[in-house]
Formats: sequence, structure tokens, C-alpha cells
Amino acid sequence: MSILVVAETRNGELKKASLSAVTCARILAEKTGLNYNILTFEPSEKTKEELSQLGAEKLFVAKGEHLKNYTAENYAIAVSEIAKKVDAKYILATATTFGKDLLPRLVAKIPNSAMVSEVIEVIDGETFKRLMYAGDIIATLKIKSEKKILSVRGTAFDKAGKVDKKSEIVEEEIKESYPRKRFIELEETKSERPELTEASIVVSVGRGIKDPENIKIAEELADVLGAAIGASRAVVDAGWLPNDFQVGQTGKTVAPQLYIAIGISGAIQHVAGMKDSKVIVAINKDPEAPIFQIADIGLVADLFQAVPELTQKLKKLKQESGG
Amino acid sequence: MNFCSKKKHKQNVKYKEVIVEMKILVPVKRTQDPYVKVRLKPDGSGIDTSNIKHAINTFDEIAVEEALRKKEEFGGEVVVVSVGTQEWAEQIRVALAMGADRGILVDTGGKYVDHLIVAKVLAKIIEEEKPDLVIMGKQAIDDDANQVGQILAGLLDWPQATFAYKVEVNPQEKKAKVIREVDGGLETVEVELPAIITTDLRLNQPRYASLPGIMKARQKPLKTIKIEELGIDLTPSVTIEKLENPPQRKAGVKVKDVDELIEKLKEAKVLPF
Repeated sequence: MSILVVAETRNGELKKASLSAVTCARILAEKTGLNYNILTFEPSEKTKEELSQLGAEKLFVAKGEHLKNYTAENYAIAVSEIAKKVDAKYILATATTFGKDLLPRLVAKIPNSAMVSEVIEVIDGETFKRLMYAGDIIATLKIKSEKKILSVRGTAFDKAGKVDKKSEIVEEEIKESYPRKRFIELEETKSERPELTEASIVVSVGRGIKDPENIKIAEELADVLGAAIGASRAVVDAGWLPNDFQVGQTGKTVAPQLYIAIGISGAIQHVAGMKDSKVIVAINKDPEAPIFQIADIGLVADLFQAVPELTQKLKKLKQESGG
Repeated sequence: MNFCSKKKHKQNVKYKEVIVEMKILVPVKRTQDPYVKVRLKPDGSGIDTSNIKHAINTFDEIAVEEALRKKEEFGGEVVVVSVGTQEWAEQIRVALAMGADRGILVDTGGKYVDHLIVAKVLAKIIEEEKPDLVIMGKQAIDDDANQVGQILAGLLDWPQATFAYKVEVNPQEKKAKVIREVDGGLETVEVELPAIITTDLRLNQPRYASLPGIMKARQKPLKTIKIEELGIDLTPSVTIEKLENPPQRKAGVKVKDVDELIEKLKEAKVLPF
């Protein structure tokens, strides 16, 4: 029996979010005495190198023309095949849109399996904690089935670092493919800024920004700080920023060192995605906005004056410190 | 005669859209209203649902809307299915008032059902109903699990298109092109029907039930089936051991101006310079 971690790649490059699932696997390995293996798909040489240094027993590299672009159907076939090979008792992946899409399909494909989504803590080999109700409730769940599938909340586990042990690399040609779905294209959001879930500072905008033109006020602040841009649901729903920017219960979960909420009221579903940030700053002109109930530092002010002023003063500070 | 009818058929194709009726099934969950903050019962045994306003799960409401739009485009039928208690009929009626044609309530009698059981129940109903398409929410805003659609697709061995941002159905060719909201952008896939599509927030803006819609909904068929009658193993594979409130984040300080804000940021050592 063993643990199998599914590592996500895009165009062969490793998605760093996957490293959180590796950390969770290490904790699980310690608690159960099992070894962990990693499975990835059509990786570049660099990705292969990176993944073989994470302390896994084996690194499985699934190959096949139909695996070059992700589809849940084809990947589920490949994961099931490798899981059988290594007698996987646990299958883990980080709860990115990849993990969220893929893992539940495996529940149907792998006999006697069940899944817990977005694990934030491993209690023992069958007991896990996760959040429900937009983070208002912590649930402790027990998986009774023999095979256990876990998606891992990225912000709850550090990204696994290198270890000395090198994994044995096993290449597997996957023959079976699924005929009734076709990947067409991926239109990627282009941004010079750090990725939202990986940034140590996030500047997030809400409805208070009033007009998509005004987002540049937040972008200027983000650029001084080297921060990522995030948004509330209202801003994304209005089409002012792409879906990929949404922080919240149904969007992305972030936990940066510093989260600056600009013109965000602090609806339950938004707070669910950012309340584990180390320091939360809120700038909002409404002193009654719920965001102030969770902010470490609150400034009641007109954002159209306060944010540019903050940007200018931080810019000056940055220059003075030579940063 | 033969020739004539052929000609007529041809004319139909040429001058009118070919009528292809689609049967769409929409699973719907009753959840708390999205603007409600839930609390635990004082003894921690469960969620305090007394005095809580309920609604159709946000994402399922979007699924109902999308199904209705496809029906308006191609003709056909929209069937709403719930797996819950008698109270859930209230939400099925809302979907019927929005325009769905009939409802099926699989009555659990209040028994705890996990995601796998719900997916198995839906698979049974689908075997019976044989829809061309299933549209459902990507997750329920109560347990936030995001599992049932994908498990269901796996059980049926149907293709899945989750987190839909845009759905174009081609019923003649039995295909759907779906744009999906994924990390890093938008992904386009094509699935053959029947398929499972799960909705994301930007897919549409659900309509409100009209007054005539509400009146009509009362006459629409709503069938109740007892879950035990479906012959599914009802032993849960995932059980809830404990529910607790997370530690509350305390409100911090209010600063009077930008200068004081910068001082506080320096103190907290979170500035990169």
C-alpha cells in the first residue's frame, strides 16, 4: 500500500501549487508509515528533475499524445492505472481547478473509494479537517472506505522543498483514452504580476472601485509592492477583471503575508477566501463595512485619495531604502 | 406522396430551425441563503437551521436558468431533481416557477447522505429519465465540496465539463462546446452528449419567478420517491465526526490616515522594503 500524489503540469511545467499536496502526503506518510509516490503527466525535463527530488519513492511519468492537454476523463484513466500499480490507499492533489475537476471522477472509477475535499489538517489516517459554509464551520470527517481520495487546500500546507533522496523515475505509456471529450484551447490570462495564490502580498479590489478604469489605482500600488491583484466577486461578475482574479468561497483561497482590501465590503463569501492572510488591511469609506471586523489595520477613507497617497509614500520609502 | 413529404421535410430544414427537443435534467440542492451566516447549535451537534432562510443553492439556480435557456432555444423539457427531505419541495417549486416542467424529490427522510450516495441516486434517476444533458451547480454553498457532478459523470462514464462560463449546445450533432473557468484563464472543451455540465458564477444571471410562473408551478407534477426504493447502499463512506466554529479573527486597529497606516505596516514587518 502507498500514497499517490498527482502533480499538475501545464505545457510540461510544474504548477507549484502541487507542492502543497506533497507536504500533506509527507504528513500522511508519517502518520501511516506508508511511502509516497508522485505521478505527473508529460513533464518537461526540468519538471521531472524537480519532482524527483521531493522524497517520493517513485516518480511516475504518464505519457501519451492524449495526455498533453488535460482532460479529467483521460487523466482519471491514467491515475486509476497507476494507483492500481502502486496499490494506492490514498490519492492526493492540491485543490486547484485541476484537482477539483479530476479527483471526484476517480471516486467513481476506483472501487471502494471516497473523497474529502480541501483538507486543511490531517488528524490520522482516516480523519481529516476541512471548512464548510464559506469557512464559518470546521468539520472533522472520517473516510470509511478502503481507498481515500483527498484534495488539499493549498494555503493550509507549505510547499514541499527538496530532500536528498532521489526518486526512481518510471515512465508509463498510457494507451487507453476517452473518446467523447476533446480539449480545444486554453486562453491564458496574461499578467506580469505574481500569481494570486503564490504572492506574498495581494492587493484586492471591490465594488468601491466603481469603474474598471479605476483598477489602475490598485495596480499602481501592487506594482510598488510587487503584489498580485485580486478581486471580489462583484468586480469579476461585472467583467472588470477576469474570473481568475476572484478571491472567495467559490474563487481562489489566498493566505499572503499582507492582504490589502480596497473598496471591498467584506461579504461572507469573500472573507472565506482571504481570512487566513497574516495581516489584513482594509481601506473603505464606509466605517460600518464588515471588512473592518476582520481587518488588522483599517483605514476609513475615500480610496480615490488614500490609495494613490499610499502608493506615492510607499514608492518614496522604497527608493529611500534602496529597494 | 413519398417525394412530397421529403420535399416538405427539406423545406422545414431550410426555412425553419429543425426542432430537436432536448431533455435536460437539473439536480438542485436546498441550502442556506447565501447572505446568511450560519451558526452551530449550542451543543455542537449540527448546524442551527432554525430561523435560517433557505434558497436554491446559488450554482444550482444558475443551472436551472441555463437549462431553461437551452429549452427556449431548442424546445424540450427541464426536469428538476432533489435528494433531500420533504421541505426541499419548496425549492423544487421555485425552479418550477422559474419555468422547469416537472420535479422529482428523492426523499431521504432526513437520513444523512454523503456525496457518493447522492451521485448514485442521481445516476439511478438518470437511467430512468435518460436526459440528453445534465446541468448542475459546481458546488453547494453549504458543504462547499465540489464533488457530485464529477462523481456522477464518472459513474455514468459520461464526459464532464465543469465550472462552465459559456455553454453552446448543438443538439443535431449531439455535442456541446463549453468554456470553463480554470486557474490561469478560460479553457474550451467539446463534449459529446449526453454529458454533465457544472456551472460557475458567470454563466448567466438567473431570472426571478414571475407571478404567473408561481401560479403555474402549483399545477406542475412533482413526484416523490423514497430513497430506500432505489436499491442503493445507503451506508455513508464519509461521516461527520465533529463540527466546530473556527477561531474568530479579531478586529484590529483603525488608523486615522495613510501615514499611520504605513507606520503600522512597518511595525508588522510585512513591507518588502
